Amino acid sequence: MIILFGLFLLSLLVITALAIVRTENLFVAVMLTSIFSLLMAANFFVLDAADVALTEAAVGAGITTVIFLSALALTAESEKTVQTGKRMALVVVAVLATLIIYATFDKPRLGDPEAPVHQHLAPWYLENTPVYMDFPNVVTAILGSFRGYDTLGEVFVVFAACIGVLFILGVKPPEGRIYDPHASGLRHHLIPQVVGRLLIPFVVLFGLYVQFHGEYGPGGGFQAGALIASGVILYALLEGEAAALRALPQPVLMGLVIGGACLYGAVGLLCMLLGGNFLEYSVLSSNTVSGQQLGILLIEAGVGMAVCGALLSIFHAFAARPRRL
Amino acid sequence: MYVVVSLAILITMVLALVRALRGPTVYDRVLAVNMFGTKTVLLLSVIAFLFGRPDFLDLALAYALINLVGVLAVLEFIQTKPQKMDAADHD
Amino acid sequence: MIDTAVDILSWMLLFLGGAFVIIGGLGALRLPNFYTRLHAASLTETMATILIFAGMILQAGLSLAALKLAAIMLFLLLTAPTASYALANAALQSGMRPEARNRDETL
Repeated sequence: MIILFGLFLLSLLVITALAIVRTENLFVAVMLTSIFSLLMAANFFVLDAADVALTEAAVGAGITTVIFLSALALTAESEKTVQTGKRMALVVVAVLATLIIYATFDKPRLGDPEAPVHQHLAPWYLENTPVYMDFPNVVTAILGSFRGYDTLGEVFVVFAACIGVLFILGVKPPEGRIYDPHASGLRHHLIPQVVGRLLIPFVVLFGLYVQFHGEYGPGGGFQAGALIASGVILYALLEGEAAALRALPQPVLMGLVIGGACLYGAVGLLCMLLGGNFLEYSVLSSNTVSGQQLGILLIEAGVGMAVCGALLSIFHAFAARPRRL
Repeated sequence: MYVVVSLAILITMVLALVRALRGPTVYDRVLAVNMFGTKTVLLLSVIAFLFGRPDFLDLALAYALINLVGVLAVLEFIQTKPQKMDAADHD
Repeated sequence: MIDTAVDILSWMLLFLGGAFVIIGGLGALRLPNFYTRLHAASLTETMATILIFAGMILQAGLSLAALKLAAIMLFLLLTAPTASYALANAALQSGMRPEARNRDETL
């Protein structure tokens, strides 16, 4: 059954990828990239990886499409054709593809219980999550506590990406350009405005639900940050970007990004001050299990704040530039 | 029964993809993306039920809300650049 | 007795929902004009959604899963027709006209 679904979805994936590469119009490529991201989310879902599917759907199909479109508004419509080196590129790609496909002949079968990846560490995590942490979602336990250093690195990577984009694009548009801060294409259309205003509180509420239920179901900080950012982007699309900047001004967004990353580090340092190692949450409370739960709650909040602030800063950095007319 | 419905939804996703690849105007492609999004929500709900994991319905709910943001962003982009879209019509 | 009746009813609803999804998809592929294709696609968003989710809610009984299914159905019914409306409006504003048989039927 999984094989049938997987076969269908993977063939659609190959067709979409070929179409993205072959088209010259970048707008069509962005639309097809959105479909690609949805297919990947469905694929992850069929393989029973719900956290990854939720992150892919929230970030890939929603926010990445918006950011690509904002970037397209600043650049040209169609791709520049490259004249030299096509034959060489084809040879290199063909050789590498053959090598990679040959290397996959030695892989264990999908879901094989005797595979090495299922032998050493994975059973230990599955047995010890109820012992140390006492909540059902093993993915959040691994992400938050067993591999907490990796997630700390990820939060700082998000922070660095946000700063990188802001260095390149700047926060304010340069003077003297045609820039209408109250422009909004959807302002005068009644039905999207009514429905959008009805939905924005639900989107933000659902984002908060996903944030705090990361320990019991698919969810966590990354997905919640992307969902709340989508809600604010919906508001920006309906009312204009200036209204969204009034609702969440730039200093607040910077505070969210920096505060989120620092919260994560601060939790680690607090654990050291209380006598444990860096990011050893057991010392945060008298009971080790509730200490772990408190620690994971705090760092997920830090991750959610950082991701939300970073995505909104990047969106505003693109949207504040004057369009190429 | 759920298997039949999920196969029907997968076939419709293939038809929507063909429309996205063929569609002569840019609005046809946006139509195909919107349809693909709603079919993905249906497929995720049916498969969550098929596998007996009702707590995976959160994904379908998240995606139903995000689909609107994506389509409205595309339409805002199309509207502020009406003259440049003619290039997209002949692809 | 009641269980088999509920089962048969939900199977019929799911089957009809699947049929509507394929009909709408075929329409979106084969109809000649953009507005007619939009009409066919919105058939899959509303009718098929209601039938498939009603079939699944009957199977789920009275539980949290049924509540989540009802919420998904509500949000899908609210957002997908709005997106279709916004798309049709954008197409009309950019000048695409529906084709008409006689000259005096154009907008």
